Amino acid sequence: MVQFLDPLLIMALALNFVALGVSRIRAVINAVALQGLLLGFIPLFIHPSIDIRGIVLVGVTIALKGIVIPAFLVHAMRGANIQHEVSPVLNFMSSLLLAAVGTGLAIAFSYTLPLADEHTNSLLVPVALSTVWAGFLMLTTRKKAIMQVLGYLLLENGIFLFGLLLLDAIPFLVEVGVLLDLFTAVFVMGIIIYHISREFASISTEHLSELKE
Amino acid sequence: MAYLLLGFPLLMAAATFAVPSNRWRPWMLPLGALGQLCLAMSAVFAPSTAEPIEGLGGWLLLDALGKLVLGFLAVLFFLLSLYAPGYLAFRSDRSNRVICANLFASLSMMTLVTLSHHLGLMWVAMEAMTLVSAPSIYFNHNARSLEATWKYLLVGSVGIALALLGSFFLAYSSLKAGRESTLMFDQLIKDAPFLSPPWLHAAFVLLFVGYGTKMGLAPMHTWKPDAYGEAPGMVGAIFAGGVTSCAFLALLRIYQICQNGPEADAARQIMVFMGLLSMGFAAVFVVRQRDFKRMLAYSSVEHMGILILGIGIGGNAIYGALLHLVNNGLTKGVMFLSAGNIHRAYGSKLTDDVRGAMQRVPLSGALFLTGFLAITGSPPFGPFISEFTIVNAAIGSGQYLVAGLFLGLLGIVFVGMGVTVLSVVQGKPLEGTPATGFYDSASTCAPILLFLSLVLMLGLYIPRPLEMLLRDAAALLEVKP
Repeated sequence: MVQFLDPLLIMALALNFVALGVSRIRAVINAVALQGLLLGFIPLFIHPSIDIRGIVLVGVTIALKGIVIPAFLVHAMRGANIQHEVSPVLNFMSSLLLAAVGTGLAIAFSYTLPLADEHTNSLLVPVALSTVWAGFLMLTTRKKAIMQVLGYLLLENGIFLFGLLLLDAIPFLVEVGVLLDLFTAVFVMGIIIYHISREFASISTEHLSELKE
Repeated sequence: MAYLLLGFPLLMAAATFAVPSNRWRPWMLPLGALGQLCLAMSAVFAPSTAEPIEGLGGWLLLDALGKLVLGFLAVLFFLLSLYAPGYLAFRSDRSNRVICANLFASLSMMTLVTLSHHLGLMWVAMEAMTLVSAPSIYFNHNARSLEATWKYLLVGSVGIALALLGSFFLAYSSLKAGRESTLMFDQLIKDAPFLSPPWLHAAFVLLFVGYGTKMGLAPMHTWKPDAYGEAPGMVGAIFAGGVTSCAFLALLRIYQICQNGPEADAARQIMVFMGLLSMGFAAVFVVRQRDFKRMLAYSSVEHMGILILGIGIGGNAIYGALLHLVNNGLTKGVMFLSAGNIHRAYGSKLTDDVRGAMQRVPLSGALFLTGFLAITGSPPFGPFISEFTIVNAAIGSGQYLVAGLFLGLLGIVFVGMGVTVLSVVQGKPLEGTPATGFYDSASTCAPILLFLSLVLMLGLYIPRPLEMLLRDAAALLEVKP
């Protein structure tokens, strides 16, 4: 089973680039949803002898990250009557380039990290770090509020990947708590997006610039 | 008991949400707050022979630090709840269902932070606190409050996400060290000397940035002026006194682990540097500040800096910092509530429009001025004592440069805030700002007077039980030889 882990991780990594490179919001949501789905399956490959607890966790992760949250975002997008283009501050080519540089650095950096022996050859750490980086890129270089939520989701996906190194240390209750918090965060943000679109007839955060020194 | 402390405010949140009358609903706040105050006091001042308050197999445990923050939060929330009915009656044009229920839910999550003895659980509580407190900022339902809420949510969530990564790093540092990886505080404190230094260092930085964002330390404070400026004064006081204190408690927990480990000195240096940096940022932005509610936000950045600085200096400054946590929270209550009253009486919070508050709302104006004197460290108020303790400890341990910078920055903030505050309270109301129909009344001024009398009391005399609690809490943070 473990031999499937690296291909899965590479797919998750590739989806970062898809999410940063496509121009329609719907496609970004799909990419992030697919990544969430893959992430949900990864625990099965790390711990082949999985117990009932693990199966529930896999189920909850897939349901929330892969299905419920993306469906909610699509719904919020329809409700808020959003234009479908991503409208980046930084163009797609530069974002992809920066993501590639970040991924390279993440791989180089993770070789210098003092990892425990069982993790030294795994792609888990570089993929986690580069997903965190991609999340930050999306958060900072996209104008629309919904894209910032998607960036936040990518960031959380990266952290989730790192957390898989510690599957035994992080208790079940905390894992589920983290997922529920994530869902609530997206839910609250979705409501705010709806209010933003009603107030400004757009969800571009360019309008949110009245408060400053 | 632990479950009762958490469950009671949640129950009150549900009950408040169910009350149909917009007029009577705010009265649930003092009622529930009084209940929570009684519960918290019986937990905090339980005799030492009583069974410790714990739950969930050791995940929840009330230690001295937790007791200090728990007791303080209950007092703060109670005094603020006394103000709520009068204020919300003036704002009867909009529904107060969400804000009232959310305040109780926030109280429950803040209580969970004080009880958590597990890093993961504490993280969940902090994030939940962020989420339930966000809608309160949006109470005014306009474009500006929307912007503030969005920034708060996004900056706060990203900050907290980094704290989660930091928690994972911390767990990994014990895995790398060949220990059983765990996120239980007591275990981590015991294991601290053996933890893998690079991971521990990275974990401390991430956790510091993460929870520091929530606390509003510069340069991660960007959400603060917006949120405090746009939220109702009452909500601002909850943030400046409660939410930020919980984030500070989270940082103290991390520091508790680090001080036993190989990175203790580095951690202290980071804290001193970040403390002074926050004070410096506040000093720059508080000068010529035209919006007096934003000014309070920068004052909060300054005082969060003082708290961190006190811990970084060590020794008796730790006691000073913990005392300052209480003093700052209570004085912020005076400032935010009186600023809220002035804001309501003029319909503006800019010094261009607001003049002569002493004439239009004499009591609120006087309280605002006194609160300013107290928060900037003038005797005989509480913050003077705690700031003096910190400076004293810095000089006593030979950290002259730190002490000098600390005093210099306090001076700049005093002058900067003074200009804004004086222009608000002095003079005559301008022609162009007609009265809004809001005047001083018992319900909107008595709670502020209560806050102020507590601040004054702490400056003159610290009650014995509080003194003991502060000593016990400081003992947990002192370096063990």
